[in-house]
Amino acid sequence: MATGLTLKELSKKEDRFTHGHRMCSGCGAPTVVKMVLLATDYPVIASNATGCLEVSSCISEYTAWKIPWIHTAFENAAATISGVETMYRSLKKQGKIDKDIKFIAFGGDGGTYDIGFQSLSGAMERGHDMLYVCYDNGAYMNTGIQRSSATPLGADTTTCPAGDVIPGKLRSRKNLTKIMGAHNIPYAAQASPSHWMDLMKKVKKAHEFIGPKFMNILAPCNRGWRSQTNDSITLSKLAVNSCYWPLYEIEDGVTKITYTPKDKVPVADFMKPQGRFKHLFAPANEWLLKKVQEEVDKEWEKLKKQAECGC
Amino acid sequence: MKQKGWKDLPPGSVVLEGGSAVNFKTGSWRAYRPIWNKENCIQCLLCWIYCPDMAIKVKDGKRGEFDYDYCKGCGICALECPGKKGKNAIEMIEEGK
Repeated sequence: MATGLTLKELSKKEDRFTHGHRMCSGCGAPTVVKMVLLATDYPVIASNATGCLEVSSCISEYTAWKIPWIHTAFENAAATISGVETMYRSLKKQGKIDKDIKFIAFGGDGGTYDIGFQSLSGAMERGHDMLYVCYDNGAYMNTGIQRSSATPLGADTTTCPAGDVIPGKLRSRKNLTKIMGAHNIPYAAQASPSHWMDLMKKVKKAHEFIGPKFMNILAPCNRGWRSQTNDSITLSKLAVNSCYWPLYEIEDGVTKITYTPKDKVPVADFMKPQGRFKHLFAPANEWLLKKVQEEVDKEWEKLKKQAECGC
Repeated sequence: MKQKGWKDLPPGSVVLEGGSAVNFKTGSWRAYRPIWNKENCIQCLLCWIYCPDMAIKVKDGKRGEFDYDYCKGCGICALECPGKKGKNAIEMIEEGK
């Protein structure tokens, strides 16, 4: 493992994602991008699916990216970067390029779990040498907080509004990290910006594999989560400590938990500060809150079993 | 900024200068201003890594002043600051006060 993973050493590196971007105050996504790029010690080319990150980091004539960066449509960030990677391999073979370049695709949960899912799945199956990073904020935040398949059970969004008829989203989120693991790719991992060292180690590790890699990174959104601008790191910590967002990796099909919380906190601790779950604390919705906790526990136990048996 | 016509733009509206967002200052978005109390700072740099706006100047591994040209005043740094002996090194004050 490469050294230099201290904040002091990292701070001496150049930020390849600059200030002046127009993400909301307190957004989790730029922190995720910054950490991913800081952990990458290679020249990088990135593609970016439509989403908050894409529209606010490159508004005509102003780009926050100091790397070659391609805006793609919602559904094809993975297809675009796999095309670039293929061209790179061809140029390398022809002797026209000799640099070692890494390829990263960034997408939000809408562009990854839903709309870009087919191109992501295809790129993973074709085996391109690339890393796909999903910054998961749990809904279509850019267009006004519509539900996505990453939206957690019970969350209030504009397309599953909590009220007299339904208590927010009635379906559970899909487990994309495991779905990507099931593609039998060399490396799939889940990370959180609160645990920056874990996140960066995973990025570094991912770059050392040849082939398709996937990382799912939690990115709190204070607008959509109806929380405060200052709590993105606190909330991501609570997400990890409640096992709502466990930190693990799937390396060649073998699951390994990279962080086990010392004291597992109730998932309600993670949900309470968020307005999107406010209704779950009303007596009438107690059953749903209980169900959320049961599902988190069930998934965590399943993950632990997978890690124990090395499968 | 003067708006450009289509003839003035590069094909595909490609941005040719990387990192040009530095020319766009976001500091005016701020409603709360972070204040750094140097004496309580333990130089852990957590504020730097957690800042979503790259608005903390660090030189030779040492934290310097805030970059108020870009800080949007979210307050993550103040909340995550461990401080020295329970005394926070960053506090948020209302802008303009």
